[in-house]
Amino acid sequence: MGHSAPRYAVLEGLGDAVAATLGDRLIATRFAQGEYCFTVRREAIAEALDLLRDRYEYQQLVEIAGVDYPERAERFEVVYCLLSLTKNHRIRVACTTDEDTAVPTVTTIWPVAGWLEREVYDMYGVIFAGNPDLRRILTDYGFRGHPFRKDFPLTGYSEMRYSEEQGRVIYEPVKLAQDFRNFDFTSPWEGADYVLPGDEKSLGGPPHVDTPKTTEKKSDTGAGRAANKEAAKPSPEAAAEKPADKKGDKA
Amino acid sequence: MTTEALHDIAGATSEPGQIEQDSADLEIQNYTINFGPQHPAAHGVLRMVMELEGEIVERIDCHVGLLHRGTEKLIEYKTYLQALPYFDRLDYCSPLAMEYSYVLAIEKLLNLEVPLRAQYLRVLFAELTRICNHMLNLGAHVMDVGAMTPNLWLFEIREDCLNFFERASGARMHSAWFRPGGVHQDVPLKLLTDLADWLDTFPKLFEDAMSLVIDNRIFKQRNVDIAVVSKDDAVRWGFSGPMIRGSGIPWDLRKSQPYDVYDRMEFDVPVGTRGDCYDRFMVRVEEVRQSARIMRQCLNEMPEGPIASSDRKVVPPKRAEMKQSMEALIHHFKLYTEGFHVPAGEVYVATESPKGEFGVYLVSDGTNKPYRCKIRPTAFSHLQAMDFMTRGHMLSDATAILGAIDVVFGECDR
Repeated sequence: MGHSAPRYAVLEGLGDAVAATLGDRLIATRFAQGEYCFTVRREAIAEALDLLRDRYEYQQLVEIAGVDYPERAERFEVVYCLLSLTKNHRIRVACTTDEDTAVPTVTTIWPVAGWLEREVYDMYGVIFAGNPDLRRILTDYGFRGHPFRKDFPLTGYSEMRYSEEQGRVIYEPVKLAQDFRNFDFTSPWEGADYVLPGDEKSLGGPPHVDTPKTTEKKSDTGAGRAANKEAAKPSPEAAAEKPADKKGDKA
Repeated sequence: MTTEALHDIAGATSEPGQIEQDSADLEIQNYTINFGPQHPAAHGVLRMVMELEGEIVERIDCHVGLLHRGTEKLIEYKTYLQALPYFDRLDYCSPLAMEYSYVLAIEKLLNLEVPLRAQYLRVLFAELTRICNHMLNLGAHVMDVGAMTPNLWLFEIREDCLNFFERASGARMHSAWFRPGGVHQDVPLKLLTDLADWLDTFPKLFEDAMSLVIDNRIFKQRNVDIAVVSKDDAVRWGFSGPMIRGSGIPWDLRKSQPYDVYDRMEFDVPVGTRGDCYDRFMVRVEEVRQSARIMRQCLNEMPEGPIASSDRKVVPPKRAEMKQSMEALIHHFKLYTEGFHVPAGEVYVATESPKGEFGVYLVSDGTNKPYRCKIRPTAFSHLQAMDFMTRGHMLSDATAILGAIDVVFGECDR
C-alpha cells in the first residue's frame, strides 16, 4: 500500500507533452516519488511558466524555494512549485543560477511571486531581474550576508543584546560559550572518508624489519635466569611433552 | 507668554486673516503611520507602514520577519526526528497541523506505510487542532472589531482542546506527537470517550457565542463588503484554505488530495459567495462544525491495532520490548543517536492546515539530516495581498482584514 501522503491526479504522458511544448527551453525532466520536476534554462523560466499556466492550467504559484549546492558550477537552484486547481495536479519547475547571474522575475505572471522572490534573494542572494521591490524581507534591518547559504555558519556572525550602560540594543560579534558541535553520525564502517584511528597500521601490510626475530633457542626469547627453584621447574605442559622431545634435545 | 512670542512659534502664516483666506485651497498631505510591531490587533509582531489620506488607506508596506528564527537552517543541522519539534513552533496555534506535512513528507520519501489506527488518530487530532485554531481566530477576529464576550467563551473551548492535547501527548501546545510512521503514543480509551462526550457538549457553547455575532448589525457593518477578493485574484495571489474558499472556490486539500483516511470521511466544504471578510469568518464557523463531524466519524470507525509502523529502522521499539530484546535495544540506540536515513530525493507535500495550504519541500541527500527543508507558510502569500485588499478602505478596516487573514507570525516568519 505504501505511504499515505496526499494523493492527487496521475496524468499519463505529462512529461512528454510538456517536453514538446517547452522545446529547447527544457533541460531535463525528473520523475520521482510520483512528482514531476522540469529543469529549464534560466533565461526562459518566465516564458516556460507562462506556457505551463496558460496551456496546462497550472494556475497557482504555490512556492519558490531556493536550494544551495556549493559544489556545482551554478550553485543555486530556484524551484517553482505549481498547482493546478482544475486538474488537481502539482509540478515543480527549476532553474539554476549563481551569485551574480540574475533570474528573470515572474511577478509579471503571478503577483504573489513578489515576496517569494524577495525571500529567495534575502536567504540566498539570488537576484531576480525585473522584480520591482527586491528588498530583504525576513532578516533584520541592516543585515549583511545571505544566511541560508551552506557556507554561512549556523551561529551567524553577530548577536544583539540590550545594553544597560548605553540604554539601547547593541550588536556584537558572536561569542559562543561552547564551540558549535556538529556530530558526524555516519557509520565508520560504511561512509567514513577518513582513516579510522589504528587502521593506518594495516594499510601497507606488516611493518618492514631488517632481521626477522626468531625464538628457536631459549636464549633467543630474551628471558633471564630463573628467579628461584620453583620457577626453574619445567611447566606441567612442558613436562608432558618432554618424552617426545627428549631425543631431539640430546641430538 | 506674550502675543509676539506666540507669533514667533507659529511662524510666517500667523496672521489670523491669512489663515481664513488660505484654508479653502489648503492641500491635505498624505501621511504615514506605523501600525505595530507592538499593537494588540497586529496578531503578533507585524509592522505595517501605512500611507493614509485622511482615514483612507492608500498603501501598506508590511514588514515581516521580526520573528524570523532561521528554522529551515536549524533543521538542516538536525536529524529528521530532532527537526520535528521545530514544526510545533511555527504555527503555535495549530501545532499538530504543522507536524502533519512534515511527517507525511518523510513517509513519502521512505514510502512508509502507516497503520490504520495511527491514520485515524492523526486525522482525529488534526481536526481537533482545526477547532482549537479557529476558536482562537474567530474570537480574535470578533474582538478586533469590538466585541469582547465571544472571545472569552471561545477560549473555554480552546482550553478543552488543549487539555485533550495534554492527555494525548503530555504537552498542551508543543505536542511533537505525530511521528514518521505513526504517532508517538497510543491514547487511552477514556480519552476517546471523553472526546465523544465533549463533541456533544461543546457545540452548544460555540453556537451561543456565534449567535452573538453572526447576525449582529455592528459585526456585519464591520465585515460585510470589506476586502472583497474575486476568484481570479484569490488564485493569482496564491490564496489557500478559508481565504480561497471565502472567495467562492471550493478547494480543500482534504477533499481533492486526500491524505491518511480523509478519503473515508464525509464532510462538506463551505464556500463564500462574496469573498469579503464576513464570508471568510463564516467559512471558518462552518469548518468548526464539519471538523466535529469528521471527529465523530473517526471515533466511530477507529480500529484497534498498532499506532506506528513496525519498521524498526524508522520507528523506535517500545520500552518493554527493549528489556527483553538485544536487537530492540540496538535499534533504540541507533535511532536516538544517529537517527534514520532517508533515501535521496525531493518531495513537496502540502496538507490543509487550519489556515490554508501548509507545504514542506523536503530535499534529502540520503543522510540522516535533511539537505533542505523549505517550509511553505500560508500566511506569507495572504499577508502579501494585505496591500491590495486594504487599499481604499478605512484604517479601522485593516484590523478586520488582518483578523480574517488569520495570520500567525511563528509560521509566517519561520
